[in-house]
Amino acid sequence: MAKEEFQVPEVREHLEIPPVVEGAMAHSQPFVAAADHQSLLGYPEELVDGWEDKAVEKMGEMARKYRSFRVFLDACVKCGACTDKCHYYLGTGDPKNMPVARQDLLRQVYRRYYTLGGKLFPGLVGAKDMSKEIFDDWYRYYHQCSQCRRCSVFCPYGIDTAEISMAAREIMDSVGLGQKYCNEIIGKVHKIGNNLGLPLPALEDTMEGLEEDVEEDTGVAVKYPVNVEGAEVLLVTPSADFFAEPHVDGLIGYGKVFHQAGVSWTVSSHASEAANFALFTGSYEHMFKISNRIREAALELGVKRIVFGECGHAWRVAYSFLNTLAGPWDFLDPRYPVPQHIMEFTYDLIQRGGINLDPEANDDKVVTVHDSCNVARASRMGTRPGDQFAYPRAVIKASVNRFVEMDPNTTMEATFCCGGGGGLLTDDLMELRVKGALPRMEALKEVVERDGVTHMAAMCAICKSQFTKVLPYYGMGMDMVVSVHQLVSEAIQLGTKD
Amino acid sequence: MSLVTVAYAVAFYLATIILVGGLIYRIREYATVPSPLKIPTMPAPLTPMGAFWRVVREVIFFESLFKSNKWIWIFGVLFHAGLAVVLIRHLRYFIEPVWFWVVLIQPFGVYAGFAMVAGLFGLWGRRVVVDRVRYISSPSDHLMLALLVAIGISGLIMRYVTRTDVIAVKAFFMGLMRFDWQPLPTEPVLLIHLGLVVLLMVLFPFSKLLHIPGLFFSPTRNQWDNAREKRHLATWAAPMDAQRDT
Ligand code: SF4
Ligand code: SF4
Repeated sequence: MAKEEFQVPEVREHLEIPPVVEGAMAHSQPFVAAADHQSLLGYPEELVDGWEDKAVEKMGEMARKYRSFRVFLDACVKCGACTDKCHYYLGTGDPKNMPVARQDLLRQVYRRYYTLGGKLFPGLVGAKDMSKEIFDDWYRYYHQCSQCRRCSVFCPYGIDTAEISMAAREIMDSVGLGQKYCNEIIGKVHKIGNNLGLPLPALEDTMEGLEEDVEEDTGVAVKYPVNVEGAEVLLVTPSADFFAEPHVDGLIGYGKVFHQAGVSWTVSSHASEAANFALFTGSYEHMFKISNRIREAALELGVKRIVFGECGHAWRVAYSFLNTLAGPWDFLDPRYPVPQHIMEFTYDLIQRGGINLDPEANDDKVVTVHDSCNVARASRMGTRPGDQFAYPRAVIKASVNRFVEMDPNTTMEATFCCGGGGGLLTDDLMELRVKGALPRMEALKEVVERDGVTHMAAMCAICKSQFTKVLPYYGMGMDMVVSVHQLVSEAIQLGTKD
Repeated sequence: MSLVTVAYAVAFYLATIILVGGLIYRIREYATVPSPLKIPTMPAPLTPMGAFWRVVREVIFFESLFKSNKWIWIFGVLFHAGLAVVLIRHLRYFIEPVWFWVVLIQPFGVYAGFAMVAGLFGLWGRRVVVDRVRYISSPSDHLMLALLVAIGISGLIMRYVTRTDVIAVKAFFMGLMRFDWQPLPTEPVLLIHLGLVVLLMVLFPFSKLLHIPGLFFSPTRNQWDNAREKRHLATWAAPMDAQRDT
């Protein structure tokens, strides 16, 4: 899709709620998964005969398996509190991007088949028979939700549209309508171990290259090990860290931190991916399989700890689900939480004085921070609620002298998604991604103009890729995005602790 | 015994059965569907007690709604708090002697009635005026508001315009509870008021009024944050878990 095909939203001084424009994004939908991507995951290759009944049946099954799904479908009172909370609504004005309306796409069918009111008086309660038209809407609008959970913060019943989106995608997959981007990636992880399909030799090459670069840069031989048995730490990081900018600068930073901490570590080629895209497609089974690759790698390499690199959705699965899906972790060192976030690792090190950071190294920057949606609202770091906000800020402030916060309505638990989460980080959804980034872009522009902010630190592979891509649409430089550990990497004084 | 009395007595018995039975059924359903993964909206409390208080704050103060929209919050609180006081006030029709604190609350009950209706009109107004809320409203949303408004206004009419024989009404309800039926006054406003209440009771377990039990069962609010410490294996996921070789 070329840039000129759509209008980039206008950046205003204050966030404004757009008027309803029906059908504004009805043309937006991702590429459909090909037959072989579907079959690899055990889904029908194409829309099956009698898909209407099967989808309805699957919906009933989901309602028996997930309390969230069951309760959320009943509890909504249509109060409207969530209607202006979704970045996709704010950026597009399409009413089906209001969280409650997005839920209603599924709820209308659920009501028709599973509630008395919907069976008796469909017109009255807004219940509808399953139809191709509705199903098409599902495919479009459940792929305009980045599952960021912002709506769940503001709903009086905590209704989380992400749960509905995930269930809807699982239902669509089960009758043969999958999304290419996610399903292709999940297949690659099952086959090779990471989203990019990066095989072992390529991984080794990359890591060797990093060792050379860092040594050339700093004169210190920092190791970037692959598949080292008996290492203390297994680092599981999003595969984008291995090659994309600015991700790789973060990975360089992790290596330097481990080096100065004197902790041996390794990545595994078997579990060379932190991201778990099965979260996006709502598949417990695939999420389970991908998670257990990490268990297998940890056992195989005999590590004592598992540390995750910077990634939002990955950290959600890691923090909130990994123990359930791939635990128990009784074979690891019980003194550390499993898994740990690299931010926790670095933070602890800073607290203990185990690392020398010179923030002056970053004096060319004025830095703000983007809280990733899934770090903020779906997981935690540290020991107290809210440490997921405190730790990254503490790490950044230890590495940087000039730090600025963005509008509090757009940070911490109220943070806006970057616009590319939830399996939407694909070029076929470029318009949606650009428009969905609007609230964050407005908040960023404000601090750029007011405080001279030059860089925005991110702690998620998706955020980093997404911002790199959309910043230019808003007239800002793509290199404004930095990894948090890139700042650490600049500030760390190698050779002072050895 | 007049036909009206019999009809209303039977209706109240049936409505009570449907309301209680329906709610028990729903609550059992909500309670038995598993929560396979930990999904509290973070930052979340770390302990069961903390999660309990989080739900209490939602129930009493509408904490999340306060964060999200002050207008809906104000109208919502007016309506719900008003309704709560009105309901307590109505206890006097069901107990003898009337508890001390129920007596105390009587004078406030009337203001509460107005607050309740005002809140409802506020919420209804938003449904009509705000384009986003208009878009998500279906006929049932308007009808539910109409029903509640009609109950409220018929109640206020009885207090201010007509003179209802409250002694007889109380005798009717006490009689219902003791299975010793007493005649119900046949005043039209009263019959409308009570008829609508019966309708509301019947609709409860089948409508969005399920937001009340729903709130207590909402995993994003009632879970506490201990996923790294404790596994949460659902029964349906256990076989998958067991067939791992390591
Ligand atoms: S805030 Fe919650 S209850 Fe209100 S409309 Fe949105 S989803 Fe429904
Ligand atoms: S989860 Fe995020 S993207 Fe999805 S509807 Fe809610 S606010 Fe919008």
